[in-house]
Amino acid sequence: MRKINWIIACCLFISVQLFGQQVKKSTFGDVLLKNATIVTVTNGTIEGDLLIKDGIISDIGSSLSANGATEIDCSNKFIYPGFIDGGTQLGLVEISSVSLTRDSDELGDYTPHMQALTAVNPNAVAIPVTRVNGVTTVFSKPTGDLFPGTGAVIDLHGYTPDQMYAGSKAVLMNYPSTGKRGRWDRRKEEDIKKDNEKAMKKLKDFWSQAEIYAKINQTGGEYNPQLAAMVPVVKGESPLLIEVNKKADILSALEWINKNEIKAVFTGVSEGWRVADSLVKYNIPVITGPVLRVPSRGSDRYDVSYTNPAKMLEAGVKVAIRSNETENVRNLPFNAGFAAAYGMGVEEALKAITIIPAEIFGISDKYGSLEKGKVANLFVCDGDPFETKTQIQYLFIKGWNVPMESRHTLLYDEFLERDPGIKE
Amino acid sequence: MKNIFLIFISLLIFSGISGQQSGDILIKNGTVITITDGIKENTDVLIRNGKIDQIGENLSAGDIETIDAEGLFVMPGIIDAHSHIALDVVNEATNPVTAEVFVGDGLDPYDVGIYRALAGGVTISHAMHGSANAIGGQCETIKHRYGEVDPEAIRMDGAPRTIKFALGENPMRVHGERQGIVPATRMGMEQIFRNAFEEGKAYANAQKAFAAGKADFPPLYNTRNEVMADILKGDIIIHCHSYRADEIYMLLKVLEDYGVKKICFQHVNEGFKVAPELAAYGAHASVFSDWWAYKFEVYYSTAYNAAILTENGVVTSINSDSGELIRHLYHEAAKTQRYGSLTDNEALKLITLNPAIQLGIDDRVGSIEKGKEGDIAIFKNHPLSIYAIPQMTIVDGIVRFDIDEDNNDMRLDVDPDESIPTFYESETHSHHGEGDRCMQDVFEFLNHKH
Repeated sequence: MRKINWIIACCLFISVQLFGQQVKKSTFGDVLLKNATIVTVTNGTIEGDLLIKDGIISDIGSSLSANGATEIDCSNKFIYPGFIDGGTQLGLVEISSVSLTRDSDELGDYTPHMQALTAVNPNAVAIPVTRVNGVTTVFSKPTGDLFPGTGAVIDLHGYTPDQMYAGSKAVLMNYPSTGKRGRWDRRKEEDIKKDNEKAMKKLKDFWSQAEIYAKINQTGGEYNPQLAAMVPVVKGESPLLIEVNKKADILSALEWINKNEIKAVFTGVSEGWRVADSLVKYNIPVITGPVLRVPSRGSDRYDVSYTNPAKMLEAGVKVAIRSNETENVRNLPFNAGFAAAYGMGVEEALKAITIIPAEIFGISDKYGSLEKGKVANLFVCDGDPFETKTQIQYLFIKGWNVPMESRHTLLYDEFLERDPGIKE
Repeated sequence: MKNIFLIFISLLIFSGISGQQSGDILIKNGTVITITDGIKENTDVLIRNGKIDQIGENLSAGDIETIDAEGLFVMPGIIDAHSHIALDVVNEATNPVTAEVFVGDGLDPYDVGIYRALAGGVTISHAMHGSANAIGGQCETIKHRYGEVDPEAIRMDGAPRTIKFALGENPMRVHGERQGIVPATRMGMEQIFRNAFEEGKAYANAQKAFAAGKADFPPLYNTRNEVMADILKGDIIIHCHSYRADEIYMLLKVLEDYGVKKICFQHVNEGFKVAPELAAYGAHASVFSDWWAYKFEVYYSTAYNAAILTENGVVTSINSDSGELIRHLYHEAAKTQRYGSLTDNEALKLITLNPAIQLGIDDRVGSIEKGKEGDIAIFKNHPLSIYAIPQMTIVDGIVRFDIDEDNNDMRLDVDPDESIPTFYESETHSHHGEGDRCMQDVFEFLNHKH
């Protein structure tokens, strides 16, 4: 008997060792989530059941029959669509201070052909850490210079980038800024102005080259990867994601896109509240955030970052919220929660991390709400998912039942009651 | 001439008034979260001369400022055990040991960061030296008396002395990697501490020998060794920037060898791995709620750190080390409920009583108790709710933040040359890149030097 205990103890020990590195496998199969409060986002809140079949939400209703699906009782629990983060570096950066683990920033001013999807690491340790907080889908994007690359929307489950790809990509641009980069930026105002003029010239030159290329290319010109990546954007077939934050820069960017007839989405937009009417006038959707951010100017009211999404929404702007994070994308629901508390309201803040980003990325036919026929990206929790203390019990991504494990939970399991403890 | 004299006199008077002000205030009918004595519904808190005078129902106090807190939550002012706000300079990165320097010599009461912290209910912060050196400078515990312009007015008089130590990558990078001197490794780190303590001990012994008439001369006066000797005497609390379990364990052993008991580990991301050892030593831990993976030494972290430490009996606090996080420490504390299911009171202790213990000021602040200082934060919605909104923050009985009364622009120093206030694309809101204030001033110094 003692021997058996030893063997069991050894097995447990070994399994803990293994689990310290790796989360358990997900399982795939049909699942019926019963007796839940289903927050659909697009069709109100329903008391009832939700059936997952072949990775898709196959039905929502009352007293659905299981038909062989595994039943999970969700009494007193809620089902929400997986959250979508409209801007992250998740999967591209493993440890930000270790340069060779940072794949978000390629050399050069014009690198729209750099594909985030190529460098997304499906085994990034931060991926399970993120998804267990209900974030199932993110836009992962390169960072860097004028045209840093092409970002991709990915689901946080899968072993290859293609398995993760959620069907939408977008070329990014950093609109030349007239602000300081940070407190450490010691450039004088006239130097900033000169740098900005140079950058604007670069932008205009590259854009006209791209326009010419788009015309020539149709008649079989020489291949240029940078310019080729710009063709769908120049033709207005796909939107350009423009990072722009300062009021004057937002106004300048609006003028520029209007002149060049560009289909644009603005990202960042930390001073959107100052120019919300102009954003409405030009019908520009925004992906704003982080909400948990220090105001951009010393003179700003302390809460301008908290209230920015609400003010833009109130003016009529289409607002999605992003974390702009890498390892802490898991804080997306808390960013939305702060926006909700500071004027946006819970319902709209929920949309800002579900259906709105899905619409902006053109994938709302499959993502962003709990509707029959959509991808089964969802989670089951015991309360309002914005509330910090709420616990998530089940997580499904593309119908995969994903274990609620990450490095963080595994270390907790191993060390809460450390064995051996301390030698007395 | 006369004008200059008048200005001089008025400055004198002004500084006389501004020093360590206190006030009277009555907070009526709030839900009072005392931290040490449960939650009291419909209760009043009376502050007189800056101190909590009475806690009870239907208090009256004559003609003093009265706040209606009906439907609101009244909690002790939040305390941040690790911050760099209100500092002109953060790092003296010229040597692995700079115990002699003191951030309190460069306080900046104009920092709008103090106001933003107040707007998050934070009344006290520990303004720390940076982490460039193994033994950095002495730190200052400040009260957020925003509006006062005399640096003296924001010091928390009588708070114990504290000093910054630092382990791991930062001092190894600054000194080993960039300057080619010890420490370049965690082995070197240990020896830096042992040497510094030995020198402090020899210095103190030489002083004792002279005082006892056993030596002809006292040791040559040395500010660094004065401070090291004071640490050995137990007059200074060490606050040590640390991440990995091995380096935390190393410092515990060094401190044990020199009989130094007062130690609070800062950040201490892998503290959870040596929680039993920390508890046994009586060491404290001041942690991030969820920061990790921004450098290698925090790659094996868990957001359950605070919960594991708490459950193992370590006095734990949640800190900001950031001008962003300090604005919502109430939310950071709440994350211990997502990650580790701490109770409301356990979670709130992490930002009130526990940091007070770590700074040696728990007899004065950190809970709502008769006789303690009148530092109060008032919230709409429970402070641990994501929908919590700070309404009013009181320091020593004086309202320093009021959501309804304050102007949008709360700067105290407006640059007359600036046409419109400067816009910053990125603010210090995370440890990424050079935004790390723990390393502020370091790379300017090194880049200039090389």
